[in-house]
Amino acid sequence: MATLDLKNVRKVYAGAVEAVKKVDLAIPDGALCVLVGPSGCGKSTLLRMIAGLESITEGEIVIDGRVVNDLGPAERDIAMVFQNYALYPHMSVYDNMAYGLRNRRMAKPEIDRRVREAAATLELAHLLARRPRELSGGQRQRVAMGRAIVRNPKVFLFDEPLSNLDAKLRGQMRVEIKNLQRSLGVTSVYVTHDQLEAMTLADILVVMNGGNVEQIGAPLEIYEKPASLFVASFIGAPPMNLLALKPGEGRPVLVDGTTIGGEGLSFSKEAATLGIRPENLFLVTGDSNGSRPDATLDIVVQAIEPVGAESFIYGDAGKERLVIRVAGKTVVEPGAKIRVGANAADLHIFDEAGKRI
Amino acid sequence: MTKVGGQKDHPVPRAIFPNKVLPYLLLAPQLAITAIFFYWPASQALYQSMLREDPFGLSTQFVGLANFRHVLADPNYLHSFQVTIIFAVATAVFAMVPALYLAVMADKVVRGRGIYRTLLIWPYAVAPAIAGMLWLFLFNPSIGTIAVMLRSLGISWDPLLNGPQAMILVVAAAAWKQISYNFLFFVAGLQAIPKSLVEAASIDGAGETKRFWTIIFPLLAPTSFFLLVINTVYAFFDTFGIIHAVTGGGPGKATETLVYKVYNDGFVNLILGESAAQSVILMVIVIALTAVQFRYVERRVHYG
Ligand SMILES: Nc1ncnc2c1ncn2[C@@H]1O[C@H](COP(=O)(O)OP(=O)(O)OP(=O)(O)O)[C@@H](O)[C@H]1O
Ligand SMILES: [Mg+2]
Repeated sequence: MATLDLKNVRKVYAGAVEAVKKVDLAIPDGALCVLVGPSGCGKSTLLRMIAGLESITEGEIVIDGRVVNDLGPAERDIAMVFQNYALYPHMSVYDNMAYGLRNRRMAKPEIDRRVREAAATLELAHLLARRPRELSGGQRQRVAMGRAIVRNPKVFLFDEPLSNLDAKLRGQMRVEIKNLQRSLGVTSVYVTHDQLEAMTLADILVVMNGGNVEQIGAPLEIYEKPASLFVASFIGAPPMNLLALKPGEGRPVLVDGTTIGGEGLSFSKEAATLGIRPENLFLVTGDSNGSRPDATLDIVVQAIEPVGAESFIYGDAGKERLVIRVAGKTVVEPGAKIRVGANAADLHIFDEAGKRI
Repeated sequence: MTKVGGQKDHPVPRAIFPNKVLPYLLLAPQLAITAIFFYWPASQALYQSMLREDPFGLSTQFVGLANFRHVLADPNYLHSFQVTIIFAVATAVFAMVPALYLAVMADKVVRGRGIYRTLLIWPYAVAPAIAGMLWLFLFNPSIGTIAVMLRSLGISWDPLLNGPQAMILVVAAAAWKQISYNFLFFVAGLQAIPKSLVEAASIDGAGETKRFWTIIFPLLAPTSFFLLVINTVYAFFDTFGIIHAVTGGGPGKATETLVYKVYNDGFVNLILGESAAQSVILMVIVIALTAVQFRYVERRVHYG
């Protein structure tokens, strides 16, 4: 049970690679914080600094009110699950889990009790005598989890723990990890580049880009109010439609001159990009009575992707490509001219620098 | 293996040569070398081991297994066997332990890693006899630098008269040369251990020494076992040059290994039949060691 605070944390690798630039983060007790971002944005570096596997160039890392900068990985009371699991190949599952406890000179009966308890929780009880190479990917993953939970540490660290599993197992393990974390109530940091995993797991979501934190918040809050163009395009699948606006107009005109229809629609002078999520666009038919959309745009349909429960319509408005998500099947054919609409509340406006207005 | 089509049993498709002679021609040089330099001398040794010949080669007599019986009952031969075992074990230990230590240290070096490795590999390029001469000079009782230092420490150093000291000297010379080779394999073995395992162990509260003995050393077991076999074979069969240069098997017979005894009995004392019998015994030992190597090194001691 602990809080984890990062204060102005920075990391410069030898060779002057600035992997992490001034990260400030406060994780309350028991929360699951997910770091998400594209490859090379510094997620693993940040996690490894928390673990004590990487030195901290600047700033402070505080676990449970205690600055841990100068403590080794063993003294920080953390446990880590590695991407490749890092199970000891020459030890049985039992010994893999017991190793950390033995090193801490815990009494044998207590070690045995803890290992068996964790094995029962993770449904590993019948595999305790096996070597890691005799396990499936999912079982290895569970052993790695078991090795972390027997220690009963203050903080769990996960570095892309599910990326070696197939899609179905990944979904299953995601739920298990979430349940386990919640029932144990251990403060956790979880690194992933999969935005779906990030959205579903996080209590606190941290979106990183190029060593910087772009946005911190609850997953839905970030989804609904992305703080920057980067976050808008990174979170959500398919990604948000982003339309470049003619600069300095203050009117909804796209760069190529296409005008967005709608009454009383006006943007601030700094507006440079207009964003709309695919699911916030809807088809406007001639006989739509009553509800009139705040903004409309005429597009030419290029392609349809039916995926069963929903369909994606790809279309062009002038030079811009848009995606529209509609429920079920759609009757629209490629080549058709359609009008799509959106509500003003669903429009995201970004300035020249990519910041939300 | 599942059969496909039910016609051929080969799991791997066989290369088919349209020309029936070409494959044999391509193999011919290798076969010729093996035949001339291995099968021919081996069969000669086998043949001679069953003959008794006088030193002048005037009369030859077929004696069956008498040479073997004689050799195996000879206390000198058994003594030589004992010398060889001591020599091989000591050489393997002193060639492997420092090599492992150096490899672990070199693995920790971040800057100039390549230079350290290259320098540590060089001794392997030194010819055995030269290595022997080097050690002989260093330890020569009258002119050797190290001999002087030893004497100033109060050790009466005289490998020309003292058997155990002579043994120490040949072991040192033989092991020294082999350290480079072992170092190379240990470095490769260390690199094959995923870094995350060591990191996981350090998070699990294992200090540096503990990590070495509980994680790194067990994971190096395949490499170590392989090197143990290689070094034993080396000490048994490849150290003739060193022993010849340093002690010549003496003093007395203190450093006369089995291979050296084959040479002594055959070429110096001209007891050809028994010398041949000894080399047949050696051949059996090599075959046994190679079998062990194939069976265990390539299959058993393997982590995945
Ligand atoms: N040991 C190192 N020495 C120098 N540069 C490094 C080192 N490790 C990482 N980097 C650099 O630091 C940056 C961040 O790397 P990091 O591993 O933290 O990325 P990541 O967000 O985890 O990416 P991924 O999703 O691909 O794992 C990268 O530009 C990388 O090249
Ligand atoms: Mg990473």
